[in-house]
Amino acid sequence: MSDDTIRPDDADEKAVADAIEETVAEPSSIEEEMLVEAAEIEELVAGDGPEHDAESDEAASAPSHPAPDDEVLAAIAADFPEVRWQQVVPALAPAQDEAYVPAESVVAFVERVRDAGYTTFVDLCAVDYLRRAPRFEVVTHLVDTERPARLRIRVGAEAADPSVPTITGVFAGANFYEREAYDMFGIDFPGHPDLTRILMPDDWEGHPLRKDYAVGSVPVQFKGSHKTT
Amino acid sequence: MSDTPQLTSGDLETPTIDAPQEAPNRDAADPRREVHEVWVAGTEEPEWVKSATDEQAQELLPDTDEPALEIQRGTVVTDDYLDDDTVDPEERQIINLGPQHPSTHGVLRLQMELEGETIRRVKPIIGYLHTGMEKTAETLAYMQGSTNVTRMDYLSPFHNELCFSLAVEQLLGVEMPPRADAIRVLMSELNRISSHLLWLATQGMDIGALSMMIYGWREREAVLAFFEKTTGLRMNHNYIRPGGVAADLPDGWEEDLEQIQATVLAGVAEFEELLNENPIFLDRTQGVGVITPAEIRAYGVTGPNARASGVAYDVRKAFPYSGYERYEFDVPVGKHGDVFDRYLVRVEEIRQSFGIVNQVIATMPSGDYRTDDRKVTPPPRQRIDESMEALIHHFKIFTEGFKAPAGEIWQSVESARGELGMYLVSDGTAKPFRLHVRGPSFAHVQALPAMLTDSLIADMIATLASTDPVLGDVDR
Repeated sequence: MSDDTIRPDDADEKAVADAIEETVAEPSSIEEEMLVEAAEIEELVAGDGPEHDAESDEAASAPSHPAPDDEVLAAIAADFPEVRWQQVVPALAPAQDEAYVPAESVVAFVERVRDAGYTTFVDLCAVDYLRRAPRFEVVTHLVDTERPARLRIRVGAEAADPSVPTITGVFAGANFYEREAYDMFGIDFPGHPDLTRILMPDDWEGHPLRKDYAVGSVPVQFKGSHKTT
Repeated sequence: MSDTPQLTSGDLETPTIDAPQEAPNRDAADPRREVHEVWVAGTEEPEWVKSATDEQAQELLPDTDEPALEIQRGTVVTDDYLDDDTVDPEERQIINLGPQHPSTHGVLRLQMELEGETIRRVKPIIGYLHTGMEKTAETLAYMQGSTNVTRMDYLSPFHNELCFSLAVEQLLGVEMPPRADAIRVLMSELNRISSHLLWLATQGMDIGALSMMIYGWREREAVLAFFEKTTGLRMNHNYIRPGGVAADLPDGWEEDLEQIQATVLAGVAEFEELLNENPIFLDRTQGVGVITPAEIRAYGVTGPNARASGVAYDVRKAFPYSGYERYEFDVPVGKHGDVFDRYLVRVEEIRQSFGIVNQVIATMPSGDYRTDDRKVTPPPRQRIDESMEALIHHFKIFTEGFKAPAGEIWQSVESARGELGMYLVSDGTAKPFRLHVRGPSFAHVQALPAMLTDSLIADMIATLASTDPVLGDVDR
């Protein structure tokens, strides 16, 4: 979709025509997309994921990433050469630092970052990218309340047996959040003191927030409604 | 020939009676004839009794001599009572509080191991109100999203809506007109006031000051009436949306707010008179449910609970949004981290919120209450009759919605309970690829063991209520 905003005031015929074309052309392309998606999902669920991915290729040529501007983070970056850094600049907010950390070094990294001032644990969640490799990502948000600054730590996890070391030893608060990630995505956190389901019932099958888990519906006992399931 | 059937009489065969049916086969394999085992108390428990009574996956963790996570066990909360030596440490019992206990503010279950009247171990068990809102959010367009998120933390719906809307606007890069920002700040602060009033009511009720409950609800009603006048609903407003707010403020809103302020502040002064020097209230709250700043940070406790322990972290000050940097207000911070300080902090926050409300009234900018970006905001009704484009935009917004560029956004706001954050992942389509909601109550429930371990069971209710958990926010 183009970024140039069409405003009602500039009654440009071309813009109108474009907008109409876009509206009309959309449905068929969406259908095609869905077909492609369905095929790809099947393939992915069966196999290990795409062999060549733009993201992973980028990761292979790692040294191109710049070290963070921030002094505190630059010192940490020197200790952890395997970490990729990125600065995210949202449209309307101050920039946020992001660190792509390999799973092996996440515990040491989080500990180092905590000691450097990011003492407040805010959030840990997982994302299922499905078509990327690695398929899962565990995202941790920490805050340094003194400066104040945010840090986002992203850790990838493979599609088969996703597993990321637990950081409950560093931040006790990660406990419930990791349980939620396990419950919803089936990501294992080796070393977690109590990795059980937290929101879903204990005997639930599957991990509901995965992208290959259908939204589903519950048949309601009204006339004909069961046919729509 | 006639078709009349011939009538016969008398020579019919004697009716036979079927052979008696065999009795149903009642052997052991028949599921209807399951043999029920009986277990006599005092004898050895068979396997089915064990499996029917144990907690399965939600068992308390084994009681190790050396806790795996030192900080997780928390500092030992010292109470000024004498430990009863007559209780045999072997005689511990596990009791469940909830999920239907009225004092748990929803459907929270606490599994507690008691030694006499002392709580030795606690495990909060949640999920009874889980409604899969994060999954639902993936099926709703950005325009519909705020209808969904407003139902999460049902006592501060405006904060939910605001957080979601800000996240979407960050992705789109759409800036808000000043009036929309001011209205958002105004509604957020009023919502904080109404939520804190409800907290005062339930906290009072939970520790036995039953009249507090009536007073708190009464003052809150004044705020809710204003919400209803502005948004049409008392809760779940869907008022703050990506692109602005749904409607302008009603006529005479300044006078309404002045009246609310007079009512609520008079009420708050009454509450303070009732509680601040009340020896029963002081005894039940001071030194109870203490949590240290180190634990606050490790557990991710935020909001008034964190500030009561001396952690001066407020998202409005640290990472301002919606123009909070333009308003002057103080962030009240406590010292002791106990139930009483949480009460003091919240009461002061009500005053500070009114300070912000007054500044908004004084500086309310004129102009539009939503952005004029027609990709995000539907065009006004009369434009649809005049302009082809307006019709197209209207059609596109309400059929497929607007698309947001691919990317990841973390947005958080200071809700009445603490830092409410949303991690929004977009893949470039009209629906969120993933929406993770970091509810403040989730972290607060998780920190309960740190506050409750080794305290008295009677203090448990006061502590639990003081953290202000909303289970809609915990379970989502």
